[in-house]
Amino acid sequence: MELIFFYIFATLAVVTALGVVVFKNPISSAFSLVISFFAIAALYAMLSAHFIAVIQILVYAGAIMVLFIFVIMLLNLQKEELTERRASFLFKGTLVLFLGLFLGVLVLILKPLSSGFGIVDPNFGTVKAVGQILFTEYWFPFEYVSILLVVALIGGVVLAKKDL
Amino acid sequence: MLLILAKIIVPFFIILNIIPLLIWLERKGSAYIQDRRGPNRAALFGIIRLGGLVHSLTDVIKLLMKEDIVPTRVNRFFYFLAPFTTMSVACVTFAVLPFAAPVPWNGNFITLQAADLNAGLLYIFAIASLGIYGVMLAGWSSDNKYSLLGGLRSSAQMISYEIVLSLSVISVLMMAGSLEISQIVADQSAAVWKWNFVRQPLACLMFMIAMFAETNRLPFDLPEGESELVAGYHVEYSSMKFALFFMAEYTNMIIASAVMASLFFGGWQVPFLSTEFLRTHATEALKIVLAGGAGFHLLASVGFFLRGKANIKNKKWGDRRDWEPVILGVGALGIGLVLGAALIYVWPLVLAEKAAVIVTAALQAATFLVKILFFCWVFIWVRWTLPRFRYDQLMNLGWKKMLPLSLVNIMVTGVVLLVF
Repeated sequence: MELIFFYIFATLAVVTALGVVVFKNPISSAFSLVISFFAIAALYAMLSAHFIAVIQILVYAGAIMVLFIFVIMLLNLQKEELTERRASFLFKGTLVLFLGLFLGVLVLILKPLSSGFGIVDPNFGTVKAVGQILFTEYWFPFEYVSILLVVALIGGVVLAKKDL
Repeated sequence: MLLILAKIIVPFFIILNIIPLLIWLERKGSAYIQDRRGPNRAALFGIIRLGGLVHSLTDVIKLLMKEDIVPTRVNRFFYFLAPFTTMSVACVTFAVLPFAAPVPWNGNFITLQAADLNAGLLYIFAIASLGIYGVMLAGWSSDNKYSLLGGLRSSAQMISYEIVLSLSVISVLMMAGSLEISQIVADQSAAVWKWNFVRQPLACLMFMIAMFAETNRLPFDLPEGESELVAGYHVEYSSMKFALFFMAEYTNMIIASAVMASLFFGGWQVPFLSTEFLRTHATEALKIVLAGGAGFHLLASVGFFLRGKANIKNKKWGDRRDWEPVILGVGALGIGLVLGAALIYVWPLVLAEKAAVIVTAALQAATFLVKILFFCWVFIWVRWTLPRFRYDQLMNLGWKKMLPLSLVNIMVTGVVLLVF
């Protein structure tokens, strides 16, 4: 049962992620990215990480992608306005290289799967457990990332408004 | 398995059936606020009008029968997807809202909610943030500048007010110490002064304002502002696809009221009567409810009969409509007699434990429904009382006033919780 759902959501995630690159219509691309986020959230939920799953939907699908689509709509990009581009030789070469690396990583990831994992404890993935780990063990990266985000925010404002 | 299906389907069914009632309430309420009579023409067999409630029924038939027009330049896939997204997203929030206390049954507890998620509150916000997609897609795919503007306005407005919405609730979950909705409701207990609207009045007010903005209701209905955008994002929709947007608006209202009731007004808690008290006194509670119901219906039937007699004597309409109060009176008399008979049957009995538990759950669910309907009425009341905000005023209120206020509220709550 769980395996069937895993394959359904995994396929969905991969296919829609491909759709992001393949679709010519920017809205279609953005929307398939949203569905991809959903599928990934479902995978998180199946790993009993409910908190991460909900946050995935709340932050990525609910906030970031809404802003993306908002901008696309604001510019009102149409399919006709986007000129067709042909991939250069360099791009194709990079693609091949990247695919090779990807396969290598895939092999590395798949290898330890056969050893099997233990059963997680019932508190795993609850809000409390995640919060405790974030604010004790990983407090430095957590605060560091928040400073990084503020820096990015200020950088954005400075770039947009030069004469502030 | 059957139980889980029932827990999913029954609330959904109830929500769908409240929608026509709300449409009637909206029309009739707006009519009385504006000193009009409101809908009163449609009649079944030329007799039964139910104060205009039949109009909702005829509306359904009209919307189903109308021609479904698809403009030629729309993006067909997203054009068809948008109304379904809106409606289905609107429906799923109810899954995490409990509608009665957990029921003890054969040694284990049955929770009366579809899913008691550990991150229940976050789930509500996640789904609320998805509600934008339907509106945005509808606005964009219609290929119409009015609907595009409506979609843009809606997304900007919802993103802005989502922040206030989440921040205002943080103080509530600080009080309860949990994100589970069942925990938050149980924590408020039956005492009214422990409900969150007393403990967190500012958060309650801000949550309410943000909810108005999230559901796109007046005074924040800029996405469909008739005077500027014709009808906003659903200009190009007709027939049942328009009806889905229409239904989604009312579903959103019901869900918002339910969340409001759960977080700030004690959810299923019956005022002053705790679950244990109700369970031990279930027999008396049942008797009081039956007696009240029977008395109300019998009195109502007397009123209906008197009204009908006067109508027929004075020839108020001069046709079959004169007989409507008589028919309603017969109905009320029937219900009153059935409830009275039930009361006489119950009188000598003392309810068994399981029956007492069921009666308690039913009473709590009924209380929750009453609270939901009350907040739905508040939505309607506000809509026909306040004028629409201007766009800059809306953004000003959201970002410059409510956001700092909600942050201050969190700080104050934190200090108070630390000190006491």
